[in-house]
Amino acid sequence: MIHFILMLSLSIMVISIAICAWRLVKGPSLPDRVAALDTIGINLLAMVAVLSILFKTEAYIEYILLIGILSFIGTMALARYIERGVVFEYGNDQDGS
Amino acid sequence: MEMIKTAVELLFVLLILTGALLSAVSSVGLIRLPDVYLRSHAAAKSATLGVLCILSGAFLYFAFFLDFVSAKLLLGIVFVFMTSPLSAHLTGRAAYRSGVPLWNRRIQDDLKGALEKEQLKEQAKTDSSSS
Repeated sequence: MIHFILMLSLSIMVISIAICAWRLVKGPSLPDRVAALDTIGINLLAMVAVLSILFKTEAYIEYILLIGILSFIGTMALARYIERGVVFEYGNDQDGS
Repeated sequence: MEMIKTAVELLFVLLILTGALLSAVSSVGLIRLPDVYLRSHAAAKSATLGVLCILSGAFLYFAFFLDFVSAKLLLGIVFVFMTSPLSAHLTGRAAYRSGVPLWNRRIQDDLKGALEKEQLKEQAKTDSSSS
C-alpha cells in the first residue's frame, strides 16, 4: 500500500513537471520561463525525496540540498539578467559613476 | 509500539500524498492563470507548501523507520522555505521592471506610481550631479 501511494505521488509529480515544461517551452515572456524552470527544480527536489524513501536509503539526501541551491542560484542569475541585462556588474562600487 | 508505527506510517504517507497533490495544483495554476505575476504567485506558494510537506514526510520516515535523524533534510526544509518566495519575488520584480504587461482585466497597479516617483528622483539626482 505504501509502495503504491509513493508510486502514485511520483507519477503525479512527473505529470506536473511535464505541465511546467510545457509552460517553459510556450511561455510568452522570459520571466514566465524562469518561473517555470524554478518550479521544475522544486518538483525535482521533492521527487528525489520520494525516491530515497522508495529505495529505503539515505544516500540521496545530499542531492536534495544540491538541487535546491543550484535552482535558486540559477533563478537569481536569470532574474538579474532579465532586469539589468548583466549578471555581474563592474565599476560602480562606491562613487556611483 | 506497533500502533505508534502504524500511525506514523499513515502520517508520512498522507504528508507525501498531500505534497504531490499540492504540486499538481501549482502546475495547474501555472498553466491556467492569465498573467506572469499570477502564475508566479501560484507556482511559488503551493509548490513551496507541497515540497515542505514531502520533505517533512521523508524526515518522519527516516527518523522512525531507518533510525536516522537527518540534519541535512532539516537544512533542506529551511533552505527551501527561505529561498522559494525569494526567487518568486525576484522573477516578479524582473518581469515588472523589464515591462511585461499586466493582465488586461486588472483593477489597480500600485507599483506604477511608486516606480515613476523613484525614476523622477533618480533623474533629479543625476541632473544635479552633472551640472
